[in-house]
Amino acid sequence: MLLRNEELEAIKKETGFSHSQIARLYKRFTTLDKEENGTLSREDFQRIPELAINPLGDRIISAFIPDGEDQVNFRGFIRILAHFRPIDAKSKDGNGSEPLNSRINKLRFAFQLYDLDKDDKISRSELLQVLHMMVGVNIPDEQLGVIADRTIQEADQDGDGAISFTEFVKVLEKVQIEQKMSIQFLD
Amino acid sequence: MLRAALPLLGLPLAGAGAAEEPTQEPGSWGEPPPGLTLFRWQWHEVEAPYLVALWILVASLAKIVFHLSRKVTSLVPESCLLILLGLVLGGIVLAVAKKAEYQLEPGTFFLFLLPPIVLDSGYFMPSRLFFDNLGAILTYAVVGTLWNAFTTGAALWGLQQAGLVAPRVQAGLLDFLLFGSLISAVDPVAVLAVFEEVHVNETLFIIVFGESLLNDAVTVVLYKVCNSFVEMGSANVQVTDYLKGVASLFVVSLGGAAVGLVFAFLLALTTRFTKRVRIIEPLLVFLLAYAAYLTAEMASLSAILAVTMCGLGCKKYVEANISHKSRTAVKYTMKTLASCAETVIFMLLGISAVDSSKWAWDSGLVLGTLFFILFFRALGVVLQTWMLNQFRLVPLDKIDQVVMSYGGLRGAVAFALVILLDRTKVPAKDYFVATTIVVVFFTVIVQGLTIKPLVKWLKVKRSEHHKPTLNQELHEHTFDHILAAVEDVVGHHGYHYWRDRWEQFDKKYLSQLLMRRSAYRIRDQIWDVYYRLNIRDAISFVDQGGHVLSSTGLTLPSMPSRNSVAETSVTNLLRESGSGACLDLQVIDTVRSGRDREDAVMHHLLCGGLYKPRRRYKASCSRHFISEDAQERQDKEIFQQNMKRRLESFKSTKHNICFTKNKPRTRKASRKKKDGVANAEATNGKPPRDLGFQDTAAVILTVESEEEEESDSSETEKEDDEGIIFVARATSEVLQEGKFSGSLEICPSPRIIPPSPTCAEKELPWKSGQGDLAVYVSSETTKIVPVDMQTGWNQSISSLESLASPPCTQAPTLTRLPPHPLGTEEPQAPLDLSSDPRPSFAFPPSLAKAGRSRSESSADISQQQELQPLMGHKNHTHLSPGTANSHWCIQFNRGGRL
Repeated sequence: MLLRNEELEAIKKETGFSHSQIARLYKRFTTLDKEENGTLSREDFQRIPELAINPLGDRIISAFIPDGEDQVNFRGFIRILAHFRPIDAKSKDGNGSEPLNSRINKLRFAFQLYDLDKDDKISRSELLQVLHMMVGVNIPDEQLGVIADRTIQEADQDGDGAISFTEFVKVLEKVQIEQKMSIQFLD
Repeated sequence: MLRAALPLLGLPLAGAGAAEEPTQEPGSWGEPPPGLTLFRWQWHEVEAPYLVALWILVASLAKIVFHLSRKVTSLVPESCLLILLGLVLGGIVLAVAKKAEYQLEPGTFFLFLLPPIVLDSGYFMPSRLFFDNLGAILTYAVVGTLWNAFTTGAALWGLQQAGLVAPRVQAGLLDFLLFGSLISAVDPVAVLAVFEEVHVNETLFIIVFGESLLNDAVTVVLYKVCNSFVEMGSANVQVTDYLKGVASLFVVSLGGAAVGLVFAFLLALTTRFTKRVRIIEPLLVFLLAYAAYLTAEMASLSAILAVTMCGLGCKKYVEANISHKSRTAVKYTMKTLASCAETVIFMLLGISAVDSSKWAWDSGLVLGTLFFILFFRALGVVLQTWMLNQFRLVPLDKIDQVVMSYGGLRGAVAFALVILLDRTKVPAKDYFVATTIVVVFFTVIVQGLTIKPLVKWLKVKRSEHHKPTLNQELHEHTFDHILAAVEDVVGHHGYHYWRDRWEQFDKKYLSQLLMRRSAYRIRDQIWDVYYRLNIRDAISFVDQGGHVLSSTGLTLPSMPSRNSVAETSVTNLLRESGSGACLDLQVIDTVRSGRDREDAVMHHLLCGGLYKPRRRYKASCSRHFISEDAQERQDKEIFQQNMKRRLESFKSTKHNICFTKNKPRTRKASRKKKDGVANAEATNGKPPRDLGFQDTAAVILTVESEEEEESDSSETEKEDDEGIIFVARATSEVLQEGKFSGSLEICPSPRIIPPSPTCAEKELPWKSGQGDLAVYVSSETTKIVPVDMQTGWNQSISSLESLASPPCTQAPTLTRLPPHPLGTEEPQAPLDLSSDPRPSFAFPPSLAKAGRSRSESSADISQQQELQPLMGHKNHTHLSPGTANSHWCIQFNRGGRL
């Protein structure tokens, strides 16, 4: 275990992972880190075979890597993963800040996968790109175009032809995000 | 099958049979009749099927009666009412025949009544939800059922040891375990009947319901093992027998599931090749599913599991392969059969309870059993939930647990199993029967009655019925991918990992193998949702289109629902796109030829004269193909009528606008305003007829921004309101221009023009009939267009399928159209307008809205295209309606041939 204790505590506080979970994730992190320089590069992620065939794989890798950098350290890595912790009812952390795995933060993460230019809006072209990745070649472009149009119109409330984060949250308010954006982390 | 079902109904209907028999026998069965008899009464030959039909009829009528009063059915579950009805009927039968008849026979129950219910629930099981909760479901089904069986059996035995059960109940530990195994299983029929009316949230529902389906394997195994142990006698049971019992649990459950999956595979594969024999598709579904049930039953595997897996496994592929109509047929037949079987089961249960000869009452046993099944069910649920919550993302809370415990209804399966016991081997059978009946009645009636108030009182999260939205579908897909990716990153192969694997495998191999190429190509869930939304909109549009039209003549169906100023509602948008075609139609009238004129006259004659008998003209009937059934034709007709009327009225307004701008009208539809704007611009100061090129160009300019439209709206509002007065003028002007001399002849005919649109308008529908836009035209047109066009017509309006099959993109279309230079002579680029007509078919042009509002950037191009097409040249009419994707090739004739 190469993590220092105070660092461990900080991570625990920030992410809500348990000690053993952090240890397990750290092990995974070092396994992925082929260059052994304490950071994960894009290539490290791409070496995960399943991720390579995930239609949104590239987007997700990008989500791990902070803006303007090309690598992510363990803190950043585990911070992202913390978004997917199941929501536990009792752990409302006292310091007022929203925990990383809150509903809104889960949604924010998903939203950012769409929002490439970070203008806090999913534009038609951004949506179309994601659609392209997800449905593959089965559906011709025109159909995707219609779907994208209709999707935007469905969510669009202020009429700007794009989906803002508020609209995104609104349109998904009936969805059990707690369940659909959480995975079970092993201890 | 009916013969076999005979035991179910037992002897002939007591009253009828007894009364009838003496009188008829001399005639039909006695000495040979002296000669030809005028009447022969042959009750015995039809007795069995007649009784089956009669009972089902009685059950169905009872259902109707129950539902006459909404108040009763909202308070009392149907199953309770049916059981009570059964009790009454049983009493009557008993009183009349002096012996109990028509009881629920295990053979009939397992072979005929149970399969439809299970198939229905398996086939319509929300598979994603099911697999998401599979862990919990399996735990409750396997561990829970074992727990219930053993604890209940053992506790009853303890009760007997304690002397609380009368000594005349001769049963050992094994007998009690056997009884425990049959009484412990939650019954799918009862659960479904009650929970479907309660509407708890879907997770809770799927857990209770899934458990009731999957515990069948455990019940069957336990029952068989215990039964054989009892028959062997406890002294002869070896250790290996216990081991065999455990092993058989796996054999029965996995074997049953495997049988189901094999048949699901066969079924999916078969439906892949039914393209030319669509009519047997529904039959195949039922036959193969039933075959799965019988096969599993034959091999003493879990038949319920087999059918469940068959339904669950085949659905995706079958639905993709079979036609839309077959899908509806499958759905309704399945629901009908299941509901029928359910009704009969509950009714017969009630009747069977009356037969006191089978019963032997022991209060200790009955009360003990009631208490134990409730107590151990609750205890088991709490223990298992506590365990499961360690792993669940969304833990099941206390309220959920209460509902789950209380929802453990016992039903006909337990009853059928207890009837099957062998009295010589199980001396206490009569006591068990009585106890089972009481338990079943108590759970179905008491718990069934109280669960609704309980759910309300506990404020259990109810299921929310919301329409599927594209956003949800899309984003949930995204979530799935994200979760799969995160699991990959974490390196933990969990549920999402395997789901993702399965989806890959399914996409790569299974779907390719089991789905039709055409179905596979367009198969995508996102697209599916889009398709469904489209159909829903179309249906609601037709529904509401009728009265709106009749009341105001020209209002838009979408008006009332429009509340956003921005008009971003999807439906509206789609409607607008639909109206695009309408615009096309208007412009068409600039082109006329002698031949057209003749046809026009013909058309109007036919229109006036042949309208009513029209329906009969297609009287052909085939056993193997359903060409177009009446219902569908009627739908089409309504649709076309609406379209036509709208077209006409719009037309007239449009013309009016051009001429006067005085009368303000009080139309509130913003859409209308827009249209008005466009129209006004287009026709400003120009004779209406000239709506050709230059005018359209003007239109294009005007529609560029919403603000502009809005500023104009007041003006347009006024313009909108020219009366019909001007129509005449428009017509005359047309005539003056000499473009369409033929119209003169047409106009005088009073019949043709009931709402008094211009002649040009009259022709529109017909003209379009020749071209691709035939959809909007009443079907008379088909009579006068060439045969090939008729086929085109038929194809085009084939079904709702066609409605959505083509990817109808407005935007792509727009971009695809090269901006033709104005005035080009007949460029005749067959434009694939598939995108346009489709939505337009779905959403009849509420007003000629030709995608105006949407065409911010590309407006000009599209507008030009839309306004200028000339259709129906003789030489072009033979364009065959294209493939599924592009039924509609519109030929644009640029220059017009004036």
